Amino acid sequence: MAGADGDDSLYPIAVLIDELRNEDVQLRLNSIKKLSTIALALGVERTRTELLPFLTDTIYDEDEVLLALAEQLGNFTMLVGGPEYVHCLLPPLESLATVEETVVRDKAVESLRKISQEHSPVDLEVHFEPLVKRLASGDWFTSRTSACGLFSVCYPRVSSTVKAEIRQHFRTLCSDDTPMVRRAAASKLGEFAKVLEPEYVKSDIISLFTALASDEQDSVRLLAVEACVSIATLLPQEDLETLVMPTLRQAAEDKSWRVRYMVADKFSELQKAVGSEITKNDLVPAFQNLLKDCEAEVRAAAANKVKEFCENLPEDNREQIIMTHILPCVKELVSDTNQHVKSALASVIMGLSTILGKDNTIEHLLPLFLAQLKDECPEVRLNIISNLDCVNEVIGIRQLSQSLLPAIVELAEDAKWRVRLAIIEYMPLLAGQLGVEFFDEKLNTLCMAWLIDHVYAIREAATCNLMKLVEKFGAEWAQNTIVPKVLGMANDPNYLHRMTTLFCINALSEACGQEITTKQMLPVVLKMSNDQVANVRFNVAKSLQKIGPVLDSNALQTEVKPVLEKLATDSDMDVKYFAQEAISGTFCFHPPSTKSLNFNLLNFLFLFFLCSSGPRITIPNQQLKAEISCKQNYTFTGYLLMFRNNW
Amino acid sequence: MEEESDTRKINNSFLRDHNYATEADIISTVEFNSTGELLATGDKGGRVVVFQREQESKSQPHRRGEYNVYSTFQSHEPEFDYLKSLEIEEKINKIKWLPQQNAAYFLLSTNDKTVKLWKISERDKRPEGYNLKDEDGRIRDPSTITSLRVPVLQPMDLMVEATARRIFSNAHTYHINSISVNSDLQTFISTDDLRVNLWNLEITDRSFNIVDIKPANMEELTEVITSAEFHPQQCHTFAYSSSKGSIRLCDMRLAALCDKHCKYFEEPEDPATRSFFSEIISSISDVKFSHNGRYLMTRDYLTVKVWDLQMENKPVETYQVHDYLRGKLCSLYENDCIFDKFECVWNGSDSVIMTGSYNNFFRMFDRNTKRDVTLEASRENSKPRAILKPRKVCVGGKRRKDEISVDSLDFSKKILHTTWHPHENIIAVAATNNLYIFQDKVN
Repeated sequence: MAGADGDDSLYPIAVLIDELRNEDVQLRLNSIKKLSTIALALGVERTRTELLPFLTDTIYDEDEVLLALAEQLGNFTMLVGGPEYVHCLLPPLESLATVEETVVRDKAVESLRKISQEHSPVDLEVHFEPLVKRLASGDWFTSRTSACGLFSVCYPRVSSTVKAEIRQHFRTLCSDDTPMVRRAAASKLGEFAKVLEPEYVKSDIISLFTALASDEQDSVRLLAVEACVSIATLLPQEDLETLVMPTLRQAAEDKSWRVRYMVADKFSELQKAVGSEITKNDLVPAFQNLLKDCEAEVRAAAANKVKEFCENLPEDNREQIIMTHILPCVKELVSDTNQHVKSALASVIMGLSTILGKDNTIEHLLPLFLAQLKDECPEVRLNIISNLDCVNEVIGIRQLSQSLLPAIVELAEDAKWRVRLAIIEYMPLLAGQLGVEFFDEKLNTLCMAWLIDHVYAIREAATCNLMKLVEKFGAEWAQNTIVPKVLGMANDPNYLHRMTTLFCINALSEACGQEITTKQMLPVVLKMSNDQVANVRFNVAKSLQKIGPVLDSNALQTEVKPVLEKLATDSDMDVKYFAQEAISGTFCFHPPSTKSLNFNLLNFLFLFFLCSSGPRITIPNQQLKAEISCKQNYTFTGYLLMFRNNW
Repeated sequence: MEEESDTRKINNSFLRDHNYATEADIISTVEFNSTGELLATGDKGGRVVVFQREQESKSQPHRRGEYNVYSTFQSHEPEFDYLKSLEIEEKINKIKWLPQQNAAYFLLSTNDKTVKLWKISERDKRPEGYNLKDEDGRIRDPSTITSLRVPVLQPMDLMVEATARRIFSNAHTYHINSISVNSDLQTFISTDDLRVNLWNLEITDRSFNIVDIKPANMEELTEVITSAEFHPQQCHTFAYSSSKGSIRLCDMRLAALCDKHCKYFEEPEDPATRSFFSEIISSISDVKFSHNGRYLMTRDYLTVKVWDLQMENKPVETYQVHDYLRGKLCSLYENDCIFDKFECVWNGSDSVIMTGSYNNFFRMFDRNTKRDVTLEASRENSKPRAILKPRKVCVGGKRRKDEISVDSLDFSKKILHTTWHPHENIIAVAATNNLYIFQDKVN
């Protein structure tokens, strides 16, 4: 293929161009991602006259290809010949802005916004603005929704007549027949208001805002709440009361819970936008109502904002407002009927203690914390426990510890293993807050009990927890409290528990140091090499490899090596394999024997099988997800991930 | 009504060969899109066939309104649920069109478990010109490449493609009986025997359960959901019907979970007509909002009822579909026909109601004149482009000419699925494996 006329460099480009239309999506995608290389090879002239017309018509492709194309074209200015020719990019982006897939359309709009900055003012009026108008008056709502995102970028840079036209187009789209377009307009209202001259904000935007905020579709009304934040920041304080507040009040009492939810969700932003005076007079009662809303979703959203709202109250009478207006509502929420509301509250309520100070916390908040620690829902208790540090700073943890203990014990013995897992993860934190004595006295037994839990994930987390505790309390503590118990399990009749000993040793050896490892742990491990269960024996091999670096070379040579060599002649194939692995990993580098290569292959095949049967395995997860996430707008992703890893 | 039916002609029927009809060919749903230009059918074999209306031509004015096959695709495949050891049929239970949003058409199709969003699009250009191949597809020697060619799009024969854009799965434990697209064009609901789930059309990994009537103990189960539909204009209102003959109207603004209804439509049972079959025949098989959003229509085994949304205690109109079967309920129970799920439809102006019956009969009721007619969809008894003759069924011994005795009705020929063009008097009627399209007489 090495020709004298330079085809060497052409060939890869030729492949890329041909693969723009390959049947394999992945190859097309690769080609599109290297579009700049193709354009560079073609030169600016041919890019403009041949490549772009071709791309303009390739809107039949898969979404991911179109998405990549839309993104690429945003960075294409130099490749078509610089700002002078940037308008050549408009036709392909225009067709991408009308496809049905929202992500592609959004990306096309993003690229259009980007290249609009590279247009000269003249080009903007000659090429870009007509495109916006075409989209805005398109037959299909997809093009009209895309237009909504383009007004704000061209408005500041066009003449006043064109500006008037743009305002008119935006007005039209705000009252479009299809809710899709009205939603798009509502979501861009704030952004458009920012680029408008102040007089038009008052004359145009306010009326559009009011209209959208009373749209018949609640999906439109709720987006007007977002616009409310940006509009409020644009207006002088004296106009807010008359122009924005009536609409905001109406939204906070909307018939649809989704609109009220949006108000609750955006409450902190609204609070900052309208300023302290209106907050005091209007938002405090509105917030009280949201905390008492009849819909649990709204209460949960408001409960989530309790801390932020209180923090942002004007400082002069913050405490008084909280004590007289907010706290009574919070007290009610503690005994809410819905667990999601309670758990939303539990995740922020501890933050109030820093705002209210020591005395108020002890008198008013502490009873609430204690009540939540006794809540029937584990999620609530966990959220309180996970935020203990806030309270610790203000009143110290002793006040809580008496109630804390039963709560922890109960969680530690919860029937749901995911709950047990969650509390284990807080153990190192709790240990740090409560101190070593309290821990030894009350919590140590729990930590040991988890080691013999019947769920593997719990035993695994428990070993990891021990390691973190040792890091916190030191090797000496480990030697006195943990190590004897762990090593005692080596004689347990249940082989799973014997293996847990090995896993603990793996985790602890480094934190405990050479002396404990060599003197106390190693003899136990070596003894277990005679275990009758093969799984234990090959885990011995793995453990020996793992703790090898901590041991001194004498122990390695005299004690470890003979045992490993013995295991390498074991009758069980897996034991042999891991023993050989350990020998080669610990002592020297041997090229793996053919046998172990085979085994590697087997291992690989086994994994492969697991992967290939993946969809079947993920079915329960997905169903679980559907079942759980359906009932409430609530994510269990963290738990699901664990669940999946367990496979 | 009679007048109208006289002007009605068979102008088209899409027939798969009668004698070799297989189970898979039985049409299980039929639906016009919002403009009436397209008509989709789904069958037990999981296929969707889309018909397109022929453009008006001056030379053959009678051909106006004929529908030709536009696209055929396999929407669902038979599956197996390994966890529950259950086969999942590929049968298309419902098809719903989305309002048109760009040059392509979109529809939702569902089987018992999975809803799919399909895009049906046209392609009339094809890229030509390769660098590494010549026009005949032979690989060129790389050393002969001295310049780059950018492909050029050339016109080609129209190709219609159907692609599955979204798959909404794993949210239903029971069988999906209906789907309905919301007027906000952002969400839709899918309904199974015990639950209603709300989906965003763009999100497939999450759905919200908005109605759940599953009792804690399944032995206490007395009622199942049979059908659900969104209000045509109010995006927050939907209705669902139950096997007990009631309809519940829910307002999604009030709460995230719509377990509590805001209106409950039910007619008190007449103790005089009470029998062993009362409960079975009062089960609602279909519920439809009128186009203007003011009425609800429900179909039970023997009647069609129209309810005013403002009146919950009784229907404003009740039409007998085949009252002559009242005496035969026992044998209909024995051959399971009593559990057939008939659907019902409004015409474009909400003035006429259509629903199916047995023996390939279907019924129309004019709500203004209170006249009704029974028509037959069959190849044997009527010719293409001929005016349909009204049929009559008689009970008892004296049978007049042109009447059919109730004992000679063929219960294996049932018309369960029908649809009415949104603006014109064109109807599509599915009779087992045949689709009949009738329209007003032209000229």
